Amino acid sequence: MSIDQETVKHIAHLSRIELQPKELEKLSGQLHDILGFIDKISSLDIDKVEPTSHILPISNVLREDTPHVSLSPEKALENAPSRKGEFFSVPKIIE
Amino acid sequence: MNYQTVIGLEVHLQLKTKTKAFCGCAIDFGKAPNSGTCPVCLGFPGTLPVYNKEALNSAIKVALAFNCQIQEHTKFDRKNYFYPDLPKNYQISQFDLPLSRNGHLIIFDQEHQPKRIGITRIHLEEDAGKLIHEADSSLVDFNRTGIPLLEIVSEPDLNSPQEAFDYLSSLKSILEYLDVSDCDMEKGSLRCDANISLRPQGAKELGVKTELKNMNSFKGVKDALTFEVKRQTELLQAGQNWQQETRLWDVQKGITVSMRSKEGAKDYRYFPDPDLAVFIINTPMISKIKAGLPELPQEKMRRFMRDYSLSEPDAKILVSSKNDARFAEDCINRYPGKDKKNIVNWLIGPLLSEANSRKLELHELDLDKNELINLIGFVQRQEISLLSAKTILTRMIDSRKSAQTLITEGNLLQISDTAQLEQVIAAVIRENEKSVADFKAGKTNALMFLVGQVMKKSAGKANPKVVTDLIKRRLV
Ligand SMILES: [Zn+2]
Repeated sequence: MSIDQETVKHIAHLSRIELQPKELEKLSGQLHDILGFIDKISSLDIDKVEPTSHILPISNVLREDTPHVSLSPEKALENAPSRKGEFFSVPKIIE
Repeated sequence: MNYQTVIGLEVHLQLKTKTKAFCGCAIDFGKAPNSGTCPVCLGFPGTLPVYNKEALNSAIKVALAFNCQIQEHTKFDRKNYFYPDLPKNYQISQFDLPLSRNGHLIIFDQEHQPKRIGITRIHLEEDAGKLIHEADSSLVDFNRTGIPLLEIVSEPDLNSPQEAFDYLSSLKSILEYLDVSDCDMEKGSLRCDANISLRPQGAKELGVKTELKNMNSFKGVKDALTFEVKRQTELLQAGQNWQQETRLWDVQKGITVSMRSKEGAKDYRYFPDPDLAVFIINTPMISKIKAGLPELPQEKMRRFMRDYSLSEPDAKILVSSKNDARFAEDCINRYPGKDKKNIVNWLIGPLLSEANSRKLELHELDLDKNELINLIGFVQRQEISLLSAKTILTRMIDSRKSAQTLITEGNLLQISDTAQLEQVIAAVIRENEKSVADFKAGKTNALMFLVGQVMKKSAGKANPKVVTDLIKRRLV
């Protein structure tokens, strides 16, 4: 599987990462190698292997529906880059 | 050319658990902004989400009530996108192994014919926060973030805005019986998006799809769809083409408006959430939950028809709301007569109209059920007229006085005394020579007119049956 620069650009956009042309070239090469490495799996016979959705053999981990003590608004907003009253404030985005 | 409307609905339902889906933050809508959050629902690195047992139970109940197959292996996936109401930059949802699939529910058309509407899937996810847009910034409240949601996706089996409305009503009725959600569209505990397209009658291929958002009532969904059917029909008739798009319902203007979103196809890069272990939902677990399901509207409807000999339309009216059904059944059981149709006629007639005029539901009427039954007794013994009884019912709900008291106060006892009635009848016959002649000539309508005149003269208190007999005896 190969990866072109357009795909890398798209992924960078989805990840909200800004890449310089030089970085784009470098990363495209690196990603190409990584994908090539992963591609080796397709040479294996995995017909009889169940798909893994979790690496640990555990299931049905649930908690009771009992409330804990939430953070105070002050504590919750402590790391906010910007706030207005008891709200987090962000640049206006309307999709 | 005639076009067929094809509609599919996507419902998001908040489950009314005590705490959020993946953390113990209490769900309370009266709360001050950002007072119901914790490191888990704020998406802090290094925190571990654990799913709410009650939410899973409720979700399985819903899936079973909608006749879905429960997936034995089910897991959570991350749906990745950036938006300020989503602190983790992904929503925990389900992608390829949803909780359940292949369900259905039944709606009834105007002629009471059943129609089966497929449910593609019901899956688990979490709610996002709330944004308040101001002039130059947006404010975020994360109290809603992480509330357990169900997404209920229908098949494109709905063929009119009315069917979409009926589907939502039926869905809500079942959910109310299960008592798992508030189902309030205005408060956002139930949200609905609609996909709609038109195609030439008989065509196999679907037309270009439009997604409708921003409806905040069932009526809004119906109105938005009705507008879209008209808009798309006009475009098709003008031979125009258009692209798949999302449109917002503007309730004030009564139109849909294109969102003009510039983003291309969504790329959510779903992958299994490594923080959450899989669920294995086995048959004993399903059987246990199934056994605990309450009687659902359609089962109740069939039982009412069987046990109380009700017609399907009557039974359907009584079961649509769980609390009204309980109220009705309580009345039916208290009613001593054998023919339950008598009390049911009162429920779906005068009582329902009393409730409607007071903007209440049937069960919210402040009424002593035994007094209602007393009142019906007075009518059946012909001691008061039906008309008077309806007046008394209104007064009874207003005052909570007994039927006997209200009849005495209103001087409403029916006159069945022949001597007293004969005088009135004699006068009516004297004053209506033409009707008398008509009746003698064989016109039965004339008899009804004469009875009506007697009723009028007696201020509605004459017993119409006795009056009819007396007039007949005099004239025949
Ligand atoms: Zn929390």
